[in-house]
Amino acid sequence: MAYIGQAVKRKEDYRFLTGRGTYTDDLVLPGMVHAAFVRSPYAHARIRAVRTEAALKAPGVLAVLTGEDLAQEGVRPMPVGWLLPTLKIPPRPVVAKDEVHHVGEVVAVVVAETRAQAEDAALLVEVDYEPLPAVADMRKALAPGAPELHPGAPGNVAFTWEIGDEKAVEEAFAKAHRVVRLELRNQRLIANAIEPRASLADYHPGTGEYTLYTTSQNPHVHRLMHAAFILGIPEHKLRVVAPDVGGGFGSKIYPYPEEAALLVAARRLGRPVKWAARRSESFQMDAQGRDHETEAEMALDAEGRVLGLRVRTLANMGAYLSLFAPAVPTYLYGTLLSGQYRIPAIHCRVTGVFTNTTPVDAYRGAGRPEACYLIERLMDVAAAELGMDPAELRRRNFIPKDAFPYPTPVALVYDSGDYERALDRALELVGYRALRQEQEALRKEGRYIGIGLACYIEACGIAPSKVVGQLGAQAGLWESALVRVAPTGKVEVYTGTHSHGQGHETAFSQVVADLLGLPLEDVEIIHGDTARIPFGMGTYGSRSAPVGASAIVRAVEKVLDKARRIAAHLLEVAPEDLEYQEGRFQVKGVPGKAKSFQEIALQAYLAHNLPEGMEPGLEATAFFDPQNFVFPFGTHVAVVEVFPETGEVKLLRYVAVDDCGHQINPLLVKGQVEGGVVQGIGQALFEEAVYDENGQLLTSSYMEYAMPKAPYLPAIEHDATVTPSPVNPLGVKGVGEAGTIAATPAVANAVMDALRPFGIRHLDLPLTPEKIWRALRDKAPVAAD
Amino acid sequence: MERVPIQVRVNGVEYRHEVEPRTLLVHYLRETLGLTGTHVGCDTSQCGACTVLLDGKAVKSCTVFAVQADGLEVLTVEGLSHNGLHPIQEGFREKHGLQCGFCTPGMVMAAYALLQEHPNPTEEEIRHYLEGNLCRCTGYQGIVEAIRWAAERMAAQAAD
Repeated sequence: MAYIGQAVKRKEDYRFLTGRGTYTDDLVLPGMVHAAFVRSPYAHARIRAVRTEAALKAPGVLAVLTGEDLAQEGVRPMPVGWLLPTLKIPPRPVVAKDEVHHVGEVVAVVVAETRAQAEDAALLVEVDYEPLPAVADMRKALAPGAPELHPGAPGNVAFTWEIGDEKAVEEAFAKAHRVVRLELRNQRLIANAIEPRASLADYHPGTGEYTLYTTSQNPHVHRLMHAAFILGIPEHKLRVVAPDVGGGFGSKIYPYPEEAALLVAARRLGRPVKWAARRSESFQMDAQGRDHETEAEMALDAEGRVLGLRVRTLANMGAYLSLFAPAVPTYLYGTLLSGQYRIPAIHCRVTGVFTNTTPVDAYRGAGRPEACYLIERLMDVAAAELGMDPAELRRRNFIPKDAFPYPTPVALVYDSGDYERALDRALELVGYRALRQEQEALRKEGRYIGIGLACYIEACGIAPSKVVGQLGAQAGLWESALVRVAPTGKVEVYTGTHSHGQGHETAFSQVVADLLGLPLEDVEIIHGDTARIPFGMGTYGSRSAPVGASAIVRAVEKVLDKARRIAAHLLEVAPEDLEYQEGRFQVKGVPGKAKSFQEIALQAYLAHNLPEGMEPGLEATAFFDPQNFVFPFGTHVAVVEVFPETGEVKLLRYVAVDDCGHQINPLLVKGQVEGGVVQGIGQALFEEAVYDENGQLLTSSYMEYAMPKAPYLPAIEHDATVTPSPVNPLGVKGVGEAGTIAATPAVANAVMDALRPFGIRHLDLPLTPEKIWRALRDKAPVAAD
Repeated sequence: MERVPIQVRVNGVEYRHEVEPRTLLVHYLRETLGLTGTHVGCDTSQCGACTVLLDGKAVKSCTVFAVQADGLEVLTVEGLSHNGLHPIQEGFREKHGLQCGFCTPGMVMAAYALLQEHPNPTEEEIRHYLEGNLCRCTGYQGIVEAIRWAAERMAAQAAD
C-alpha cells in the first residue's frame, strides 16, 4: 500500500490557506438580493397580528413574507425523520403563524436589495404578541398544571421509551453487595461551527428549477426534505449544493426553516436570495445538543463486578422535534449504556420533554457522549465507594478480547475490541503509578491534582438499513459512490458523503489510488452537489470512512473487474490469468505481456475492440450497506490541578489512546482526535447553553458562552491500538466523535478525583471555577484517603 | 445614506471607493473588493475569523469601519503569498493546523502578526497570542505546532 496508512498531507489545504475556499456566503449570483429574518423575542406567545406596511415602504425592500404568506404558498411543516411508537409530533412551521414556542423562531422574512436594508426593514415589522406562560425546565414542564406547548402532546411529554430487561435488573439489585447511585445532568451545548449557517436560494422561472446553495453535511437529505416534504415539488426540480462547509458537528445535518423560506422568496421574486446567519442567530436557531437529567444506579458484587444498571433519563427536546432528534436520547444513548463492560442486566427508561427552548438534535457524538459520561462517572464513584483503584475496577469489568462479537443486553453486537490493551497503553503513557504517588505527596503540601480515566466506546457507521428501519429511521443508512474513469485513465470519484473539514478529498484519494495503483494526483474526489453525486446520506456519526469509503471500494472493484475483462480480451488470455499490479494488468509469469490502466481506459471509450456484447465506457456505481455498526474504543486520561482558593482547574496532561481499526491517514486521525478532545473538554469545563425560567437564552453570544481557547488547553499526547473491524472491506472504524465522547468524563473524573479530599462526590458540568469555589467554600480538606 | 470616499491600499493595490460610513472593513473587503478569504464568524469580535493586518497590526476587520482604513495599508490572506505558500501557510499544511478552513485565514494572519512581533515565540506565547481566535476543529494543537514550524523556517530563511 503506497498511500493507505500514510500521513499524507491534505489536498484541500492549498485553497483554504490562500483564502480561495468557497463557502456559501462567498457566493454571488447575478441579481442577488438579501434576506433578514424577524424572530420571536418571546419563548411562548400568541401572534395576534403581523404588520408589514412600514417594512414594505423601507428603502430597497422587495418583499416581506409572513406565516400567512407561506401557508398560502402551500408550504408544509418541517419533517421528523425518526419515529418512536409513542412519539408526539407537533407541527413545526417554517414561519410561525399563530404561536411561537421558542426565542428566535422565525415570524417573518424580509427581502431587500442589500443586507443592511433587509436588516433595517426587519426592525420595522410590527408583531403583536400576546405573551403566554413559558417553561424551560424539564421538571417544571412535567409538573401538573405546567403551561403546555402543544395540544397534541399532553403534559409536554414527547415520548416515553425503554430498553433492556427491567425484571432482570431488579433481580441483579436484589443480590447486590453494594448499590451506587448518582444523579447527574448532561448540560445543553451549542455546536458552534465557526462558519455560521448560510443559504443562497435561486429559482429559474423558465424551467421551474430551484437551486439551494447551503451549509449542509448531507445535500441529498436537504433536497429530499425541502422538495418532497416541505415545498411539495418534485425532487428533480431542486438542486442542493453544499460548497466548502466550515464545520458542522451535527448542526448542519438538518433542514432548517430559513432554507425553505428563502426558496419561497426566490420563487416569488424571481431573483436569487441570500442569507448568512449572524452568530446570535446561530445561538438561537441551530439545533442544540445534549440536555439530559438522569438518575442512575449500579449494582455490584463484593469483588466489584457490575451486576446491573438502572437508568432513568429526562431528555429535553426543546420546543419542537428536529429531524433526527427522537433517535438521539433513545437508540443512540440507551444502546451504549453497557460501555466497555460486561453488564448482565441493564434497563433504561427515557422521557422526552417539550420545553420553550430551541430544539435539540445530534451534536458531535449524539447520545454516545451522554451514555459514556454516565457510565464512566458511575465507574469512578463506584471505585471510590469500594475503595478500589478506578483503573482496576474497569479492568475487572471489561468485556474480554475473546468475547467478540459481543451482544450487550441493550440491543447491540459489538464488532471487535481489545479494551485492556488500550487501557494498558494509556496508563503506561501517562505514567499512572508514579502519578498516583505524586498525587499523594502533593496533597500533603496542600496541592490537589486529579487523575481521570474514561474508557469509551462509540457506535458509528450506523447500519444496516433494514435494522435502523425497524428501530424507526425513516431513511436508509447506506452510502453510495460513483467511480468514473476518463479516457486518459484519470479518475473522478463522486461520493454521497460530505466533507466539512475531515479531509475526505485526501483520505478517499488515498484509498482509490492504492486500489488502482495510480498516483494520488490522478484521483479527484467530488462531493456536495446533488446534480453531480449519486444519492447519498452525507456525513454524520463518523460514517464517512466505514460506510462512505467502503462504497468507494466496491465501485472501484466493479471498475477493475470490467477493466480486467477488457485487458484479457486485448491480451487474448482469460481474465483469471491476469494479475493487477502498479496500475498494470500483466499475464501471470509473462512479464512483458501487459496493459496499463490508461491503455484500458482509452480502449473502453474508443470501443473499437471490446469483448463481444460489452458496453463501452469505464465507470461504476456502488451502494454499500454494512452488516453492522462499527465500535471504536479507547482510553483517555486527564490530569488536572484544582486550585481551592479560586476553584480554577488547570489541565496538566491529556493522554488519548484510540482504536479506530486501520487508519487510512494517521494525520487526519490525529486532527480528529485533538479537535474532538477539545470539544469534550469544552463540555467538561466551559460550555453551557443557559435559559432563564422564561425561556430566554442567556448565553446568546461568545460574550456569554465560553468556548475552549488555545491558552487554556494542554498539548494532547496520543497513541493508537489497531483492532480492525470485520464489517467493512477496509477494517476501519470512525474516529470523528471519539475524542468528544471520551474527554468529558475523563476531565470530569479528574476534577472529582482532585476534590476527593474535600469530601465532594459529584458536581455537574461544566466545572467552572465559580461552581468549584462555591462547593469548596465551607469545606476543609479531610485526611487524605 | 451618504457615502464617504476612501482610498485604501490592499495587498499592494490602490483602491478608491465611496462607502457608507457604517460599512465595516470586513464587508468592504468581501463585498466591494471580492476578497472572500477574510471570513465573518461572529457578531462580537470574539472569533477572529476576520483578522487582517492594518498598517502592519493585526485587527479584527469586523470592528473597524472601512472609513477608518482610509489612507492605510491592508494585508489579507490573499496577499500573503504570490508564488506558492508563505512559510506560515506551509506550516499549517505540514502540521495539519486546519480542518474546515474557515477560521484559517484569520489564524494565518494572526500568526503572521505574531511572528512579526516575536520571531521566536514559545508554545505558551503562541497559545496566549491566539486567545482572540476561535477554532472549533483542530483543538489548536496543529495550529500551535504550525506556528512553531513556521518560526523555525523563517529564522532559517533569514539566516541564509
